[in-house]
Amino acid sequence: MRLAPFELLVPASLDEAFEALARGGVPIAGGTDLLPTLKQRRWRPERLVSLHRLAVLQAEHVEGEGLVLGALRSLAEVASSPLVAEHAPMVAQAAAAGASPQLREMGTLGGNLNLDPRCRYVNQSQFWRGALGGCLKSEGDVCHVVPSGKRCVAAMSSDLAPALIALDASVTLASMRGARTLRLDDYYRADGTANTTRAPDELLIAVRVPFATGPRRTTYVKWRPRKSIDFPLVALAIRVDLAEAGVSRVCVVANVLGAKPKVVGRLDRFAGRALDAALAAEVAEVVFEQCKPLPNVPWDPAHRRELHRVLTRRALEELARR
Amino acid sequence: MTGSTWQIGKTHRRVGAYDRMRGVSRYTADLKLPGMLHAKIVRSPHAHARIVDVDLEGALALPGVVAAISGRDLPTPYGIIPWTHDENALAVDKALHVGDGVACVAAEDEATAIEAAAAVRVQYDPLPALFDPEEALASDVRINPYAKKGNLTKEVELAFGDVDAALAGADLVIEGEYRFAGTTHAALEPHCALADVDGDGVLTVWSTTQVPHYLHRELARVLELPARRIRVVQPPLGGGFGGKSEPFDLEFCVSKLALVTGRPVRLLYTREEVFYAHRGRHPMTMLHRAGFRRDGTILGVDARSTLDGGAYSSFGLVTTYYSGQLLSAPYALGAYRFASRRAYTNKPACGPKRGHGSVQPRFAMEVQLDKAAVALDLDPIELRRRNALEADSRTINELRIGSSGFLDCLAAVERASGWKERRGRLPFGRGLGVAGSTYISGTNYPIYPNEMPQSAVQVTLDRSGRARIFSGASEIGQGSDTMVAAIVSEELGLALEDIRVLSADTDLCPVDLGAYSSRITLMVGNACLSAARALRRVVTEAVARAWEVPARRIALVDRVALDLEEPGRVMPIDEAFQRAEAEHGLLTAVGDYRSPTDRHGDYRGGAIGASPAYSFTAHVAEVEVDVETGEVHVERVWCAHDCGRALSRRLVEGQIEGSTYMGVAEAVFEHHELDVAHGGLHAGPSLLDYRLPTFLDTPAIDALIVEAPDPRGPYGAKEAGEGPLHSSIPAVANAIYDAVGVRLDALPFDPPRVLAALRERGVRREGAR
Repeated sequence: MRLAPFELLVPASLDEAFEALARGGVPIAGGTDLLPTLKQRRWRPERLVSLHRLAVLQAEHVEGEGLVLGALRSLAEVASSPLVAEHAPMVAQAAAAGASPQLREMGTLGGNLNLDPRCRYVNQSQFWRGALGGCLKSEGDVCHVVPSGKRCVAAMSSDLAPALIALDASVTLASMRGARTLRLDDYYRADGTANTTRAPDELLIAVRVPFATGPRRTTYVKWRPRKSIDFPLVALAIRVDLAEAGVSRVCVVANVLGAKPKVVGRLDRFAGRALDAALAAEVAEVVFEQCKPLPNVPWDPAHRRELHRVLTRRALEELARR
Repeated sequence: MTGSTWQIGKTHRRVGAYDRMRGVSRYTADLKLPGMLHAKIVRSPHAHARIVDVDLEGALALPGVVAAISGRDLPTPYGIIPWTHDENALAVDKALHVGDGVACVAAEDEATAIEAAAAVRVQYDPLPALFDPEEALASDVRINPYAKKGNLTKEVELAFGDVDAALAGADLVIEGEYRFAGTTHAALEPHCALADVDGDGVLTVWSTTQVPHYLHRELARVLELPARRIRVVQPPLGGGFGGKSEPFDLEFCVSKLALVTGRPVRLLYTREEVFYAHRGRHPMTMLHRAGFRRDGTILGVDARSTLDGGAYSSFGLVTTYYSGQLLSAPYALGAYRFASRRAYTNKPACGPKRGHGSVQPRFAMEVQLDKAAVALDLDPIELRRRNALEADSRTINELRIGSSGFLDCLAAVERASGWKERRGRLPFGRGLGVAGSTYISGTNYPIYPNEMPQSAVQVTLDRSGRARIFSGASEIGQGSDTMVAAIVSEELGLALEDIRVLSADTDLCPVDLGAYSSRITLMVGNACLSAARALRRVVTEAVARAWEVPARRIALVDRVALDLEEPGRVMPIDEAFQRAEAEHGLLTAVGDYRSPTDRHGDYRGGAIGASPAYSFTAHVAEVEVDVETGEVHVERVWCAHDCGRALSRRLVEGQIEGSTYMGVAEAVFEHHELDVAHGGLHAGPSLLDYRLPTFLDTPAIDALIVEAPDPRGPYGAKEAGEGPLHSSIPAVANAIYDAVGVRLDALPFDPPRVLAALRERGVRREGAR
């Protein structure tokens, strides 16, 4: 497959970048997600805006009671950063689980958070989609995953998004019009054709992860058939905050269900419980109850659903042993 | 046989290794000629459709587009098997599967060719599509327009002995239905072809083919050109595995477009197109019944198979035979009967993949044996040992077996895996499984009937102390160039780097039939050995005359000629060659190989499966099964393979590892799947969705070489390229049973399927069986 021709702008400052975006440019960082979609002729932007000269997006520092990570940090950098390991080990874990070593060198934090939701009926060549007749997210007006559906249910497949949401991270976006900061959870929308609130002229600048205020145990569970390369088919970010009386908060964020990472609800009732095998089994049932995978990614949804239960329980059992 | 081990049996750096490792080998896709055009094929989005009209005008009107053709420009049908010419270079009246080629455009650059392909207007009249072989066989809808018997492409029924009586008199009858999902080759290099016509009108085609000679013949047929005006060159190849062993649409298209435009034309498949070209392993449904005596003796086997062939015959006639004929070893069968049917369906055509036709029934057979061992309370290795065919025997279907190291293979994996000590003592969830198999070292009969040699090699020595080998063999990564170099260096005392191998060029090299059926080591090796020995005689005689001693005292080793009885007397090899050339004239010799015609039974089809020599294999696999997720982790595989004699040790080990890897991948990961609910679209024609195991998913593989030399092979050598795949798959299946007590009779053993099987048997958390 070949890329269609495009113009490449390489701004040297954020202001230049904002201007280029305001004129309809599309940002490109590592390109690991964008370029395949261009080769598949999913869309054909005339102008790409390379971010690689914007040193400000390479930030990594402590700011107040939180860790700030620039959008241009590569997944490999995030995975191996001592600061990330100290303050947000689950984020390092999630970054290390992404793709393969070469892709982690190129892929960035910002790119991963803005990953285009994936679907077996979308991430295909132009010929293939044409033979299918298109869908809500491509050249058609029907959904092949939920045949009566009116809203695209392509699966958000970012490894970092669930981990960061589980840690209450926020993101800062900016454009010529100004800057805004919002909770990462609020950044996403449940629409696979446009699953973020980013305006076309906005750039994701940085992510801020607040420090834990007490003892905390976290883990990121990624399930995929192969031990490398694959996107997650099950993605679970699990956080347990501890107090003297036991668990003070359990948070589970599941990805690869729909276009928006799912914060599992009704976990408040576990506050005050001991972190043990019984808790693990009960939380796993709640996750199983609420997480209903669709045939949007190429894997048996019933099996994916069962994995939610098994992997949640095992992860919590492991956290209990730590 | 020579007693010398100057080169044979050693580990060699393979010919061309440096260029490959540095990334400078020029594969077909790297070739660029001045004025070269780029071509793109327009493909059908329908699984089955009548082609009402192909309008090329819109494409031709685009700036930069030079030519366009459709099926009507290449109307002569072809096919790798002379009795089943049922393909056209581009569909003439009907498209038979999604991705079937319909038209082809050539433009100044690839981007323009892509635009031009989109501008070709094809009017289709969709027809009912059939995706299931049973439905296709029952349907009035005729898929392939050249078919002679509806949607039945081939049917074979053969019986040896009284199977019904054998089963009726058996102490134990095991019956099972087995299903093999289709898989594809997934060679790293996509297909590519480049064509150029010179001033004299000679068409040269560089192609990623495993069969330059057959391609040469089919190009002549379809292009209606005399073969003498066509040259086929096979540049270094990035893997074949059977997926490049017949002509494909792109080779005809670039040739026709080069003839039409007078300019070089190149076409490189996308990865997606490789999946549509396919020719991968047939999905097969197999009903097996086997009868045993209480002591484990196999009294009779009845095998009925249905092959899902896809839209074209490809090698299907042979596949249908192989699905039964090659099951008659390595075990003595009291009676045997098989019935195999191959159906057309509206899918990419299936064909030969490493272990052609016999990998699927081998899975069924070896799981059947495992079930019998359990029922009879016998060690599964012991059951196989008791039934092993002896060397120099005949199979029940009258194939003549020469050497056999099968018992040594069983012993080797038994010992290496710690079978006796560990089996039955592993924790729940972990298990060991065994399986055995056999394979051909080439077929005694060529694809098109003829009396000529199957292989030929020409060797020339020059005054600088070098040798040139002109070999028809296709180096496809298996190491055939290194194999012939090792033979010439052994016979003529040269170092491997003193040898230039020129291979697979129909203008420069003698004919070899191609890299398929694991034929090259035995056939090309013998041809090369005979040429090398003729030259050796000339050189040793010249040296003997100079030293006035008998020629038998002269040895050629380590770049010198030496006197075996006076070791101080040596002559540099270049001087020896010069003396020989002065006496004899140009030092060149040819060798060829004719396969035996007396090693099979006298019945229709009896020659199919007949080989000069058979290889033998045994696998033990160790698996860990996660009973809650259904994941099967293949931890380690021991493979012992009897290759007769390892001419080049690391190459044999590489073939054992590669074959075992491929088999484990098919067992646990791969499925070439169509989305029948969406018009027969390929479920995921990419290397992201078609999941090959990564390094991290690959088991530790122990390659154990067993050598039972066969007098028909060069230095006793037999094949090693395909045999070591077969039994890896049933070994994994049997290991899963040993681990968790659940039988998996359908492939692949992916987590959803395994979990469902565990649930069905009530296996849940650890230890709870």
